[in-house]
Amino acid sequence: MNRISSIFQNCRREKRAALIIFAEAGYPNLAQSEQDIDTAIENGADIIELGIPFSDPMADGPVISSAGQTAIENGANLQNILEMAARIRQRHPDTGLVLFSYFNVMYNYGLEALCAELQRIGVDGILAVDLPLEERDELLAPCRAHNLHLIPLVSPATSPERARAIVQDVTGFVYYVSVRGITGARAAMPPELAQNLAMLREISPVPVVVGFGIASGESAHAVAECADGVVVGSAFVSACTAPGQAATLVRTLRAGCAKENS
Amino acid sequence: MNTHYGIYGGQYIAETLMPTLKELERQYFLAKEDPAFQAELDDLLKHYVGRESPLYHAKRLSEFCGGAQIYLKREDLNHTGAHKVNNTLGQVLLARRMGCKRLIAETGAGMHGVATATMAALFGMPCEVFMGAVDVERQAPNVERMECLGTTVRSITEGSATLKDAMNAAIREWTATAPETFYVIGTVAGPYPYPMMVKDFQAVIGHEARRQCLEQTGKLPEEVIACVGGGSNAMGIFAGFENDPSVRLTGVEAGGEGVSTGNHAASINGGQVGILHGAKTYLLQRSDGQVTPTYSVSAGLDYPGVGPEHAYWADLGKAHYEVINDDEAIDAFDTLCRLEGIIPALESSHAVAQALKSAPRRAKSDVIIVNLSGRGDKDMENIREWKKQHR
Ligand SMILES: Cc1ncc(COP(=O)(O)O)c(C=O)c1O
Repeated sequence: MNRISSIFQNCRREKRAALIIFAEAGYPNLAQSEQDIDTAIENGADIIELGIPFSDPMADGPVISSAGQTAIENGANLQNILEMAARIRQRHPDTGLVLFSYFNVMYNYGLEALCAELQRIGVDGILAVDLPLEERDELLAPCRAHNLHLIPLVSPATSPERARAIVQDVTGFVYYVSVRGITGARAAMPPELAQNLAMLREISPVPVVVGFGIASGESAHAVAECADGVVVGSAFVSACTAPGQAATLVRTLRAGCAKENS
Repeated sequence: MNTHYGIYGGQYIAETLMPTLKELERQYFLAKEDPAFQAELDDLLKHYVGRESPLYHAKRLSEFCGGAQIYLKREDLNHTGAHKVNNTLGQVLLARRMGCKRLIAETGAGMHGVATATMAALFGMPCEVFMGAVDVERQAPNVERMECLGTTVRSITEGSATLKDAMNAAIREWTATAPETFYVIGTVAGPYPYPMMVKDFQAVIGHEARRQCLEQTGKLPEEVIACVGGGSNAMGIFAGFENDPSVRLTGVEAGGEGVSTGNHAASINGGQVGILHGAKTYLLQRSDGQVTPTYSVSAGLDYPGVGPEHAYWADLGKAHYEVINDDEAIDAFDTLCRLEGIIPALESSHAVAQALKSAPRRAKSDVIIVNLSGRGDKDMENIREWKKQHR
């Protein structure tokens, strides 16, 4: 069985949602971000989304945007982040690793070359924020050839009919964006979340995780009740600036992932 | 529906916006087929914008060059002072038809911002315009115009604080507020259907120019020249001649301090294929896919990408793309002011500069049409500053 499936299976056995931490790779610099990712894994993250910084992050709020800017200024690029990913994979053979970025960064590396390299390193999947259903074939072919999951996004704006087309044939997991909007911590989850998720989980052949806005143990817990996984991004990136804070945050989130009603 | 131009174009955008884009496409095609929509558009183009705009034989400029006859398509005489209004009128009529409650736009030179703010006032809709902080500074008169018209101008300090960053900010706002908010994109860039829609709304320039040229000279022009920022005024005038293979179509990119210096905005001449703001196109970027800061004295051309259909036409050789540097554009600005009593926008001055190069190499019987996309009132301070530093 592939790594992503076994992670979700373990989580189900442990009656909890998977904890997925988004880290802006190279922020504040490469060495520090490698340590922060280790910290996240050691404190309970099941899957790491490795955010590759992009100069024009149209789907990101101020926290991730400015972290990306800093990372680029401090020399991060896809090449040295892949080298970091290889080291993380060696230290953490069971953690899920998903590359998360904008399509331009991947396109310029070369899609076939990138997928071959990700397979060699042992990265499990790719998520391109600006690559909707209509454009994804270009990346889907090399992903399939190299046994990588291409993780799709579904949003509250997506109709049930469109969601069906998106999740058909998907492997790995489906990422549900909790709100119409960009990344960034939010105080509360939208009220229609549970209902939308129930619909999506019914039609999806793979687990459904929820991201955008989740920042605390409480919001993680609220989402964990109705999803297979909880993604935390901006809150983790913010915590990375203060020593010790990242570990505490991840432990709190992990505790929040416990399901009561299953 | 084909959303690409060869390998270019497409819809590289967050899933949250895809349903909005699909609905926009659907509604646009309905509007296009609706005689009432077209009639209202035509009526306002005539009585509010002041179309048609003249095609003017610039005799003294032609004499000065000693070659081809230069004709200016006077988009600078439109209400609000540039070609931008042709497009904003069309899009805002569409927004109203779709029941959208609010308008947003990005702007570089501020001409598109002013044109959008104007339509917002005319149709009584709230409007916010995103503008890079650098452009807020160098195109200050347009910021005041937008504010007079009741629009809120949001100054963007992120990144290079120019047009590209304004567009990032506008797309973020749109992601959070669509479909109630309508995003009025100012050029033939962005995800499909914008490049097609903006071309259609700007095609009035080319259709008029073709007819006017036949009327005045009895023949088609040998060459049509337009500046290319995102490429809307160029695509608009080219659209009138795209089925006339004898007409050379020349787009002019901003060379800034020279393409070899790296300080320029010539995406086709100096860029590689990439993906930005929803489309695959030529892009100024590093080899690792980070978009690079651009430079041009002209705010409206200071953009790292170009409309995807231009990228396609460049590959096909259907249009040709030349480069004009800052100093050449400033010289052309001075020349047009002194010889014809017309003060062009700095963007348009790039097209004039290209005509000054092309005309002397041509026969006196040849005709060149230059799209004079806008007027230069907004650029006075900017030009004075440039001359102080360089002359
Ligand atoms: C007068 C004028 N011409 C040209 C441009 C460039 O835009 P485009 O290439 O879309 O015509 C601008 C943009 O601000 C402008 O104000």
